[in-house]
Amino acid sequence: MVKMTGAKALIESLKRQKVEVIFGIPGGAVLPIYDVLYDSDIKHILMRHEQCAAHASDGYARASGRVGVCMATSGPGATNLVTGIANAYMDSSPIVALTGNVPRAFIGKDAFQETDIVGVTTPITKCNFQIKNAKEISKIVNTAFYVASTGRPGPVLIDLPKDTQTEVDDIEFDNGIILRGYKPNIEPHPLQIEKAVKLLVQAEKPVIIAGGGVITSGAPQELLALAELLVAPIATTLMGKGSVPENHPLSLGMLGMHGTITANKIVPEADVLLAVGTRFSDRSTGKVETFCRDAKIIHIDIDAAEVGKNIRPHVPIVADAKLALKAIYDRLIKSFNKNERSLWMNRIQEQKKQQAEMENKDGMTPPHLLVELRKILPQDAIITTEVGQNQMWSALYLKTYKPRTFISSGGLGTMGFGFPASLGAKVACPDVPVLDIAGDGSFIMTEQDLATSVSWNIPVTVIVLNNSVLGMVAQWQRMFYNRRYSAIDLGKIPDFVKLAEAYGAQGVRVGSPEEFIKAVKMAMKSEVTTVIDVPISSEQNVFPMVPPGAEIDKIMIG
Amino acid sequence: MTREGRTYIVSAIVEHKPGVLYSVSNMFRRRGFNIETITVGASEQKDLARLTVTIKGDERMVEQVVKQLQKLIDVVKVSILDPEYTVTRELALVKISTLDTKVRSDVINYTEIFKGHVVDVAHDSLVVEITGDSDKINAFIELMKPFGLKEIARTGITALSRGMKSARME
Ligand SMILES: Cc1ncc(C[n+]2csc(CCOP(=O)(O)OP(=O)(O)O)c2C)c(N)n1
Repeated sequence: MVKMTGAKALIESLKRQKVEVIFGIPGGAVLPIYDVLYDSDIKHILMRHEQCAAHASDGYARASGRVGVCMATSGPGATNLVTGIANAYMDSSPIVALTGNVPRAFIGKDAFQETDIVGVTTPITKCNFQIKNAKEISKIVNTAFYVASTGRPGPVLIDLPKDTQTEVDDIEFDNGIILRGYKPNIEPHPLQIEKAVKLLVQAEKPVIIAGGGVITSGAPQELLALAELLVAPIATTLMGKGSVPENHPLSLGMLGMHGTITANKIVPEADVLLAVGTRFSDRSTGKVETFCRDAKIIHIDIDAAEVGKNIRPHVPIVADAKLALKAIYDRLIKSFNKNERSLWMNRIQEQKKQQAEMENKDGMTPPHLLVELRKILPQDAIITTEVGQNQMWSALYLKTYKPRTFISSGGLGTMGFGFPASLGAKVACPDVPVLDIAGDGSFIMTEQDLATSVSWNIPVTVIVLNNSVLGMVAQWQRMFYNRRYSAIDLGKIPDFVKLAEAYGAQGVRVGSPEEFIKAVKMAMKSEVTTVIDVPISSEQNVFPMVPPGAEIDKIMIG
Repeated sequence: MTREGRTYIVSAIVEHKPGVLYSVSNMFRRRGFNIETITVGASEQKDLARLTVTIKGDERMVEQVVKQLQKLIDVVKVSILDPEYTVTRELALVKISTLDTKVRSDVINYTEIFKGHVVDVAHDSLVVEITGDSDKINAFIELMKPFGLKEIARTGITALSRGMKSARME
């Protein structure tokens, strides 16, 4: 036991959790913590907006698989984190958010910059805590990291009233965690595995859907081993991109509203569907009532509440994806007579060929540019995206080969996520190129953190697919609202080249695919963040598209 | 607002600390599950409270309720109580205007029949305490209506499984 302040206890506890970096912005209610940070070896990256601090910690977590940490002061600092926390919650990303609050005696009195951030974040965190005294800080930090990173990962918030930061007490750094109500169930039940095996052995047209859980649990190898053994093609969700190399013959690409034609045609034909680490979101199932109606469904997820929520599986398996996939594999390898499944494989080949013929990629169109871009990127380059058409084009045309290299706001669809997330990813993985594929509307939402990227030497490449409109909204108005364009024209778009330069970053505008590729090559070598402005037509639609509420094989292609 | 379906009694052991009731009731609101009644109080175990919720719905909804409750970190254990093997009780306090002495004696008579107690007597009113299952309380209230029923306070259902079957934390 050592005598120290709560603030010191906090930083010590974070160090014991091997925290290397905090993304944050200081303020009155966290001054004691920043005073300790002044001579701590934990790096604090000063962001320009707390939302970006939260997204950067999220990007850091997704790229590295470790817990990301962000910090803000009370009141507006804390509420600015909210979008980032909600985003991390929807996409099961492990972050710990630290907020200051008014001193204990002022809580509940509507003191200056007091917000009930624990109340606000209750439905968007796995759990949250308000510190009652300095003594409990270390235990709560340990608990927060444990909860954030185990089971189905997610955000945890710790709110520290200012006087708990200055209170001096005997601090113990015991690693004990007492959580009577939290026992993440990770071992698959052998009986359920048996049932799954039975279905898979009999399957003639098996299909696997892989979600983000496969990446979280580190199961891509187990997934591929099982898929190859079964000769089962794999479709991924948006969050599952990276769980299987998309150049593998068994990969179907992404499923769902903007899924590939192949995935959306093949998945409904399955007789046995193995869904792993996915929650059957409406964006991936289309009309849920009829989704894979005739298939026997096996659903593996670590979150029991997801199993049976949107789809009722025939075989529910509440378990860690890696352990469950391995258990199925180990059980199958003993008895399974490998079958070439030539009929099923031919069907898939034919579908893929049809898709390739329909894809028309040339000129200054995002599909063409992104396919060309992928050719010059190393396989481990990290892509983040904003939200809208840019995101769906990226998901469709930037093939992903490795886990944790495609980072996108899936569940919340947060415009402005991609750029700060790219900064977090670059901090986590300084040796690989990191690129944010952006829309002009999204980039403007968090572009101020160019200042952070330049000040802290975090060089990333921002590719702005600049269509001068809120493209995805325009697409829906074009397709479903009779071209009654309402509030989608971004009017006077800033000059992104000058904007970048104003921040001390580099800006380039490109007019042809060749110039685009040249600019990206230059940007990836550059020591400073580069914004590439790519003017494109405002009339383009993302296809394929399944209209909202329709069955996923009701694909519109133009 | 009532849903189609039958009534289920969900019994949960939760951490007895501030904020837990908020996170539980917030979950019900957020997921669109309607709480019919909710009671909470100390349990046999230190620092743990027992929360009893009744909800109307189908089996699938109740399964989600249980899973979503279990997902909350401060919820330690959840079980659905089978009505056949469960004792349920509710308490009601009923205030009746008794300006008329005939009414007063009628009310006292009914209270005896229902094994209730008169717990407050004023010159113009009585307060009756009545305990039992919800049907019994409903019946008593119906009977009191013609007499000039002034106020009712009901606790909501609390419940325990019969015999040694328990919803304790193991
Ligand atoms: C924070 C936020 N606000 C609003 C939306 C609704 N929305 C979805 S896509 C979109 C347009 C995105 O425009 P842009 O970033 O220019 O990308 P594009 O679709 O043109 O590629 C909007 C407004 C959102 N997803 N997030």
